[in-house]
Amino acid sequence: MSFEDYSGIWVFIEVKDGEVVPVSLELLGAGKELAEKRGTELAGVLIGENITHLSDMLFEYGADTVYVYDDTIFKNYRTESYMKALLECCQKYKPEVILYGATSTGKDLASAVATDLPTGLTADSTILDIEEDTGLLLASRPAFGGNIMATILCKKYRPQMATVRPKVMKALTPEPGRKGQLIEETASIKEEDIRTKVLEIVQFTTQKVRIDEADIVVAGGKGLGSEKGFQVVHDLAETLGGAVGASRDVVEAGWVEHHHQVGQTGLTVTPKIYFAIGISGAIQHIVGMQNSGLIIAINNDPKAAIFQSSHYGIVGDAFEIVPLLIQQFKQAFNGEVVDHV
Amino acid sequence: MLHIVACIKQVPDTKIIKMNPKTNTMDRASAPAILNPYDAHAVEEAVRLKKRYGGTVSVLTMGPPPAVKAIKKCIEIGADEGYMISDRAFAGADTLATSYALTKAIEKISQIKPVDLIICGKMTIDGDTGQVGPGIARRLDMPPLTSVNKVKEINLEEGYAIVHRKLEDGYEVIQSTMPCLMSVEKEINDVPYSSMTNMLKAARYQPVIWAVADLEDVERTQLGLKGSPTIVSKVWAPTKPSGGEMLEGDAAQQTEQLLNLLLEKKELFAVKGGSGVEL
Ligand SMILES: Cc1cc2nc3c(=O)[nH]c(=O)nc-3n(C[C@H](O)[C@H](O)[C@H](O)COP(=O)(O)OP(=O)(O)OC[C@H]3O[C@@H](n4cnc5c(N)ncnc54)[C@H](O)[C@@H]3O)c2cc1C
Ligand SMILES: Nc1ncnc2c1ncn2[C@@H]1O[C@H](COP(=O)(O)O)[C@@H](O)[C@H]1O
Repeated sequence: MSFEDYSGIWVFIEVKDGEVVPVSLELLGAGKELAEKRGTELAGVLIGENITHLSDMLFEYGADTVYVYDDTIFKNYRTESYMKALLECCQKYKPEVILYGATSTGKDLASAVATDLPTGLTADSTILDIEEDTGLLLASRPAFGGNIMATILCKKYRPQMATVRPKVMKALTPEPGRKGQLIEETASIKEEDIRTKVLEIVQFTTQKVRIDEADIVVAGGKGLGSEKGFQVVHDLAETLGGAVGASRDVVEAGWVEHHHQVGQTGLTVTPKIYFAIGISGAIQHIVGMQNSGLIIAINNDPKAAIFQSSHYGIVGDAFEIVPLLIQQFKQAFNGEVVDHV
Repeated sequence: MLHIVACIKQVPDTKIIKMNPKTNTMDRASAPAILNPYDAHAVEEAVRLKKRYGGTVSVLTMGPPPAVKAIKKCIEIGADEGYMISDRAFAGADTLATSYALTKAIEKISQIKPVDLIICGKMTIDGDTGQVGPGIARRLDMPPLTSVNKVKEINLEEGYAIVHRKLEDGYEVIQSTMPCLMSVEKEINDVPYSSMTNMLKAARYQPVIWAVADLEDVERTQLGLKGSPTIVSKVWAPTKPSGGEMLEGDAAQQTEQLLNLLLEKKELFAVKGGSGVEL
């Protein structure tokens, strides 16, 4: 394997319901920085059905080239079909780096591709850098339950691959009308070669606001004592029009479902305002919310670690503070708060 | 009859592990070794499928000799057989080298009894990648089914399985040919307390232990540190933020100050008339 043959930073572009998922745009932003530092190009690999038009947007978000596999066989994500397309693309154009969102799709695809190539794959990276002269990717991630950060290298294989947590990288401001090179490809895979079928896709509709997309997240912890006590979190979220977040201990206690969990084994969120109510501030929780715009902690223990990670802290009993805040907030807005979706 | 292999790992309990602040290394002795919590669900699911369809559950681990304890735990949950591959040559394996070694062990287990289904945990709490399962599947040329939170049906005669795969905002129903590999979510089941019979059986149980030399067609260059494309170059402690301002006064005064902070961002709140409503 001669490393000179490998060049370019690639991003696997994930499409859901006909739209590019946010983490793919974030990775184009991160990939652009790597590509510029290395003096190489940034490419997106777009796979799906009726998705070619999405390439326009990818150029505006920084891609120089977009490789497209547009075929009915790619209607739904399936490991075998997507993997085949990406492997063929890799073998033909030889990228130096491939980045994937650390979503269920991205992780599934990356693991399969890494084994077949074979190459190294760093999971759940939160920091990316590249060595200018060697092109060595420096992918860092929290390890051992968030107790340490580790930088992982893949010195002897190309391409180098990493999955990257959503919401940690920043998308570029799109440049309207920016153009790039569109390369349409076809993969040699046939339907009869694929051993899985998607029978049905079920989407939860009960979820009001997705916590990783909300401007305001009101999160509660085990300190609220019970599912009934946790109701103050729902109340404040409703009053402010925010989404409900939770620590892992709350999810494990079954007060809310897993898709509310913030942190290392939950979602990373970057709302404009984050409330941590009755949350102690374990590192595994902090890594999931530390990039929020304004972090407000309410905890009755003045020594709670959460105060170290918040912009404003209130030492007090959540059951006193939160209802008071709701009442004052409603008064300030003269009851003008509207119902949210 | 189904033959299911569940892959399991013994891990340090990262919830209580202590760090050496000087060297930034983990004091492994400070944390008890436990069965990876996700893998307990993998074994439990295998046991449930055995009860539903009949068959055998084998568990497989790669690890140092004390990992026998993790296998015994699986016997308590209800597994029938335990296999362990243990050899200095496996040390330092990343996910690629781990999936290679486990694949070689599964090939050997298949010679004893053909394998219909492999179940892995979603991830380990020390490696934390979730990559080993799909890696094994690719090496054995089986469809990898990740994020499985329900096994709806298995039909061994017709050779298919139907599962639910968890997505960010729902799930998808997938039909796959058998044999296949599933990585399962925690929510797929609850692991109940073990029965006395299983506990007694586990106490006496001794797993089959293989060294590299016991496996067939192994390319040693693909094992352990040598076979691992990724290396850890640097570890450091995550930076602790310094903390912000504490709001003073009694409850009413504190919330009053907080309210003022929120009002600075009032464009974010859904109030009648949209953003910038006059107060
Ligand atoms: C591998 C691994 C991954 C993990 N991933 C995650 C993750 O993704 N997300 C996550 O959150 N955790 C995660 N954890 C768990 C994490 O380490 C903590 O155990 C967890 O975040 C603690 O939850 P908590 O803050 O709700 O509960 P606790 O630690 O029990 O804290 C409760 C807090 O509430 C306060 N309190 C009590 N009563 C009141 C009251 N009346 N009013 C106000 N405050 C009150 C207490 O002072 C305390 O600070 C993970 C752990 C491991 C090992
Ligand atoms: N050393 C090992 N021995 C057996 N199974 C393993 C080992 N490492 C990982 N696995 C399996 O692969 C899954 C994912 O592990 P990981 O990729 O390390 O997060 C685990 O939940 C186990 O089912």
